[in-house]
Amino acid sequence: MADLKKHDTPLLDELKKGPFPSFVDDLETRGKGGVQCCYDLLGQLELSYVHKETHWKHGGIVGVFGYGGGVIGRYSDAPEQFPTIAHFHTLRVNQPASKFYNSKFLNKLCDMWDHRGSGVTNFHGSTGDMILIGTSTDELEPTFYDLSHQFDMDLGGSGSNLRTPACCMGKARCEYSCLDTQAICYDLTMTYQDELHRPAFPYKFKFKVSGCPNDCVAAIARSCTSIIGTWRDNIRIDQKAVQAYVGGEIPPNAGAFSDRDWGAFDLQKEVIDLCPSGCMYMDGNDLKIDDRECTRCMHCINVMPSALRTGVDCGATILNGAKAPILEGAQMSTLIIPFIKMEYPYEEFKDYVDLMWDWWMEEGKNRERLGELIQRQGLAHYIVDILGREPIPQHVKEPRSNPYPFWKEEEVPGGWKRNLADFRARHLA
Amino acid sequence: MIDTSMYKDDPGYNIQEKLDIPYDPTLADREYNPQKPMAGRLTDQGPPHYEQFFPEVIKKNYGKWLTHEFVQSGVIKYTSETGDLMWVVRCATPRLITTNLLREIGEIADKFCEGVCRWTTRNSLEYHVTDEGTLKDLIEFLNNFKHPGGSYKLPIGGTGAGITNIVHTQGWIHCHTPATDASGMVKAVMDDMFEYWNSHKLPAKLRISMACCLNMCGAVHCSDIALLGIHRKPPFVEDDRITGVCEIPLAIAACPTAAIKPAKVTLPNGKEVKTVRVNEPRCMFCGNCYTMCPAMPLADEEGDGVAILAGGKISNRISTPTFSKLIVPYIPNELPRFESVCKIVRNIVEAYSKGANKYERLGDWAARVGWERFFEQCQLPFTEKSIDDYRLAYDTYHTTTQFKWSSHTDKLMKEAGY
Ligand code: HEM
Ligand code: HEM
Ligand code: HEM
Ligand code: SF4
Ligand code: SF4
Ligand code: SF4
Ligand code: SF4
Repeated sequence: MADLKKHDTPLLDELKKGPFPSFVDDLETRGKGGVQCCYDLLGQLELSYVHKETHWKHGGIVGVFGYGGGVIGRYSDAPEQFPTIAHFHTLRVNQPASKFYNSKFLNKLCDMWDHRGSGVTNFHGSTGDMILIGTSTDELEPTFYDLSHQFDMDLGGSGSNLRTPACCMGKARCEYSCLDTQAICYDLTMTYQDELHRPAFPYKFKFKVSGCPNDCVAAIARSCTSIIGTWRDNIRIDQKAVQAYVGGEIPPNAGAFSDRDWGAFDLQKEVIDLCPSGCMYMDGNDLKIDDRECTRCMHCINVMPSALRTGVDCGATILNGAKAPILEGAQMSTLIIPFIKMEYPYEEFKDYVDLMWDWWMEEGKNRERLGELIQRQGLAHYIVDILGREPIPQHVKEPRSNPYPFWKEEEVPGGWKRNLADFRARHLA
Repeated sequence: MIDTSMYKDDPGYNIQEKLDIPYDPTLADREYNPQKPMAGRLTDQGPPHYEQFFPEVIKKNYGKWLTHEFVQSGVIKYTSETGDLMWVVRCATPRLITTNLLREIGEIADKFCEGVCRWTTRNSLEYHVTDEGTLKDLIEFLNNFKHPGGSYKLPIGGTGAGITNIVHTQGWIHCHTPATDASGMVKAVMDDMFEYWNSHKLPAKLRISMACCLNMCGAVHCSDIALLGIHRKPPFVEDDRITGVCEIPLAIAACPTAAIKPAKVTLPNGKEVKTVRVNEPRCMFCGNCYTMCPAMPLADEEGDGVAILAGGKISNRISTPTFSKLIVPYIPNELPRFESVCKIVRNIVEAYSKGANKYERLGDWAARVGWERFFEQCQLPFTEKSIDDYRLAYDTYHTTTQFKWSSHTDKLMKEAGY
């Protein structure tokens, strides 16, 4: 501690100002408390602010024995100036579904990470894991030993394997949830531990679970298999509460617009006219919904949560193939299974996962995401031939506008082997 | 109550017992033997079961919640069919936090909330309380809970029609490919947008996301406003190093535009080595080659900077999920406070706030008034970089005679002498 060295950080000091929480102040406070690597981390970041270039070297391969992921190697390219961050590897620790914690856990984790590493974290990484930033190669195995023996915890995914599944808070707090999101997320994580830890896939694979089409974990934008809650029966309507909204007794949209004067709530304009399927109407003082026409966009329910509730015959819509733009362009998940019951032990769902993974592992090229494989070999091929599912209009926004489907030989009566002599007998050459 | 009986034999089902035992810093040093890594090794245990971290009120009311209300920005009141009430206080974190702050977060949970807290998908922290007295005390505490430099440690907000926390990536704090810094830019933008963090005055919610390179670890592609670090110079090729540090076929295969070809060169010392050459006009500056091959760095002070995309969304509400669109192709890295990024974000937010209808997301507003009007009202120049020439480019071509007259056509008319 005696030779604690703070680097000058005039540029970063500017980031202590302003109301939003300052990560600089947080790191500096910890440095001041005797943790040199926090000072060095700030020092190197300051250098990046001067050079406008990163000072981290390419990762290198580090990890824990037997696992193909969960650790990201990181080395400083200025180790002489910043010796305590010369190695500064990251561990991804699998979070509890929907990220509730208690102080006992946080304190013990802090004790462990202060001892084994830098005490710097991300709560959380974009995929959902707790991210422990900064330790040396020697400490990786002991950290894993501590996590597994003193916490019953485990690493998350990285590399070409299943990434840590994530979910919204679902029924823990949200009245919209059509799924037991945490249970699904937990069960899938436990079922596929091998896939999560040992890379056997062409590239990364992600499951994400949202309880309703509001999709708070961005499943449709970020997961290879998006599991999104929905319902088959009718939106439940409490007509008295609808009138309470009309009468201004309950603020629309749970008070989400409270700091601006938008005028009195107008049921026609704000709900009925904005319904994308035009399936709502007034019958006297009663609000009616033609549920067969409803596309379950959640708008009316979001505006009047005390009056409208999702149906009770619930399940999930499954979509496939979201990915970032590299390589084949960004993709959102596309509808595959309109409705599937998601009840323990999720056998129907897992059977579908087996078909999907078998195909992708067989046919996928190195670094080809599921969504890219679907694009390359065709959505129809995937749905019909691989998953054995019936094609339905819901699988497309609109039918194709070119007449060039690839007919298969077995679909054409008589096949493709023809008798040329017979043909020429009918047609002179 | 939740039925979790089927999981009771899972290793992480009873973590509380483990947590009662203090951390033993010497356990691994005593028991773990690098010569015998399999001895006593525990693998594939998975995460702890979530239910054991729920506060009592959530265990009791799981699946029974009836409705909710934002009683003020950052405070949500929940009502259950059992009659129970619960308030949630949401606060921002910068995601990058030290154990110092984590311990304080735990202390606050102990003091006000049975020791429990939760993080959201967008890196905000949430506390749960069951009576209004405690709620008031907690809010007062958080309003006075500050860093030495004066910023709030855990500012309350992030609900309803406002700007919630920015999801973001590592940047220069911990990654090898960033074209800009993440934590610093988020701090600068959120400082500037703070009035929208803790209020409900926008036409709908507005989501900002930030990723520091084209890999986009932060899922920015479907955000109302996306801030994206970009490189603009092709990679170096270090001929004298490449054979030793990389698998050349992997680097070649990694390139999305097939810009990398194998080559043989003679080094100044006369040695002939296998290396690669980059067809520079084909490079899209994605950095995939560098991820595969450390001898192909591409960071550059002058080349790197920030692009802004806008008008994307994820929720299925009213309109369908949509990608963000490139509206500003490049802004230099202005350190430490990214003034131009902040200014453009502010212009967009203010134009949107003025022009959009209630419930209308940014992209829906832009589509309704027309993108020509969007550029005009946000005071943004339109450049040819916003015309797609990557895969699926045709999807964005304008194949109709319907368009609006705007400053862009006015200028053309004037130049034509009409
Ligand atoms: C070609 C694509 C990608 C590459 C090469 C890539 C590479 C990386 C690297 C090198 C890191 C380590 C950063 C560090 O030093 O801590 C990282 C972190 C991470 N990446 Fe990616 N990434 C890619 C795409 C994605 C995508 C599409 C996602 C998510 C959907 C993602 C999610 C993450 C997450 C969650 C982290 C943890 C750090 C964080 O949350 O910021 N990555 N990625
Ligand atoms: C400009 C385009 C895009 C960029 C730069 C981008 C970037 C990223 C990044 C960095 C991640 C990190 C994922 C992670 O947290 O693990 C990510 C995740 C993801 N992206 Fe994108 N993305 C883009 C477009 C898309 C599109 C178009 C989709 C889908 C339609 C998409 C879907 C996802 C999904 C599903 C994830 C997973 C996120 C997660 O696991 O947390 N991305 N994207
Ligand atoms: C493999 C592709 C195609 C072939 C071999 C082909 C061949 C022909 C031939 C031989 C004719 C003359 C028919 C006649 O004697 O009147 C014709 C007419 C025409 N083709 Fe195609 N064509 C093809 C694709 C297309 C496509 C893709 C389009 C439009 C998108 C198109 C539009 C037309 C039109 C508008 C006519 C004139 C029809 C009329 O007389 O009203 N063709 N095509
Ligand atoms: S996705 Fe739906 S169910 Fe889940 S938290 Fe969001 S609104 Fe609630
Ligand atoms: S959920 Fe959407 S589509 Fe269905 S009735 Fe409500 S507003 Fe209309
Ligand atoms: S977005 Fe790019 S630079 Fe940023 S953390 Fe991810 S891989 Fe690294
Ligand atoms: S930066 Fe991307 S496009 Fe350019 S050479 Fe490397 S891999 Fe290819």
